[in-house]
Amino acid sequence: MLLSTEARGGAFAAIFRRDLRLAFRHRGELANPLFFFLMVATLVPLGVSPEARVLAGLAPGMIWVMALLASLLSAETLFVSDYRDGSLEQLLIAPQSLWQLVLAKVLAHWLVTGLPLTLFSPLLGVMLSLPAEGFLPLVLSLAMGTLTLSMIGSVGAALTVAIPRGGLLLSLIVMPLYMPVLIFGASSVQQAVDGFSAGGTLAILGALLAFSCMVTPFAAAGALRVGLHG
Amino acid sequence: MASFPQWFHRLGSPKSFYQVTGRWLPWLAVTSLILLVVGTVWGLGFAPQDAKQGNSYRIIYIHVPASFLALAGYYVMAVAGAVGLIWRMKLAHMVMKSAAPIGAALTFVALFTGALWGKPTWGTYWVWDARITSMLVLFFLYLGVLALQHAYTNGDAANKASAVLALVGTVNIPIIYKSVDWWYTLHQPATIKLTGAPSMHPDMFQPLLVMIVGFYCFYALVLILATRAEILYRERRTSWVRALIIRE
Repeated sequence: MLLSTEARGGAFAAIFRRDLRLAFRHRGELANPLFFFLMVATLVPLGVSPEARVLAGLAPGMIWVMALLASLLSAETLFVSDYRDGSLEQLLIAPQSLWQLVLAKVLAHWLVTGLPLTLFSPLLGVMLSLPAEGFLPLVLSLAMGTLTLSMIGSVGAALTVAIPRGGLLLSLIVMPLYMPVLIFGASSVQQAVDGFSAGGTLAILGALLAFSCMVTPFAAAGALRVGLHG
Repeated sequence: MASFPQWFHRLGSPKSFYQVTGRWLPWLAVTSLILLVVGTVWGLGFAPQDAKQGNSYRIIYIHVPASFLALAGYYVMAVAGAVGLIWRMKLAHMVMKSAAPIGAALTFVALFTGALWGKPTWGTYWVWDARITSMLVLFFLYLGVLALQHAYTNGDAANKASAVLALVGTVNIPIIYKSVDWWYTLHQPATIKLTGAPSMHPDMFQPLLVMIVGFYCFYALVLILATRAEILYRERRTSWVRALIIRE
């Protein structure tokens, strides 16, 4: 169906606004991944060692692993409530391309989950004695990395949305796809801590983000059609 | 779709696939049996000892072909999934479903033999090296496809969803190959390259080549057998399968 540019952009903006509004009306849920992030960070000194030297060595990788797990937990919420109240079906039959609507949902979802995690991460860096040089790469890599994770997670969330209790399954199918992001994200922080430039690894993270922006909205749209209608 | 040759359409129907592959099976079984027996006896009994590793290197005659097939099997699965999604071909989905557990098993064999080889060579069963890790990730990718396939109660949705996941997973496969260059640490560098001469001695390499070809034939055999079983199960209500059962 041929649509005017306004009709396309309008639907994109409408979904974006609607998802943000829904998220702000459930502020408690917004904070949950952050609390998870914070609590797991507390487990590390308790479980490994409270010594600053040990923690500093673990910090780049640990913070990244925890951010990955937190974003994995929030990925499940991307489509579930829309699926339950039937509005996901409306998106599927909308005249606009489904991938645009999915992209709007993912961006809104990242703004309320990935971005707060990113902004929260320096606090965890302090708690885990991350050396000072690591903070800027940590924030930059998480900003790009969590958006990439949200993009990838949207495919998994779309594939499992129609499966009852699909949360654990979502983790299983998405985690292998998360690993390259984790490798480059954590190593960018590690490189900065070791006194090297993190620019190259951050550039690769940016490339992963660009690539996932190109591919995952289509994959997630296809997955939604498959998951809901077979 | 007039551009497609006749055989593509004919093979696309489960019934004719069943009949055609029935004629291939004995040939394929004999070929893979001969190749595997020759390769095993040659590799384990007659190939020269390695100067550094002694006899322990001989596990490559299982390890290397299994690793090759583990990767190639993922492509087979993903391509079958893509064909099933694009041309809505029933048979392709059946091939895909059959390819997933076979590939997962081969990946496990590759990991297991690699661990056994690691003990005498490096003194430890497990090293977090790039290639081992990417093989493990490949194993997880297979498990994800299998898990997704079993989670759906609707067969059609299970096929398509796992096909989408397999296609998304193929994005990871180039990274698996690249990881050899990126994070090469303890592991051997890739010794067999399609371009350029192999850096192995020919006396060691020839039996390996026999084993690799043998593994490919064996893979094809197992995949066809599994697909045939899947065809019979899914088409169990059709008249040709019933006629087949009555005849047997």
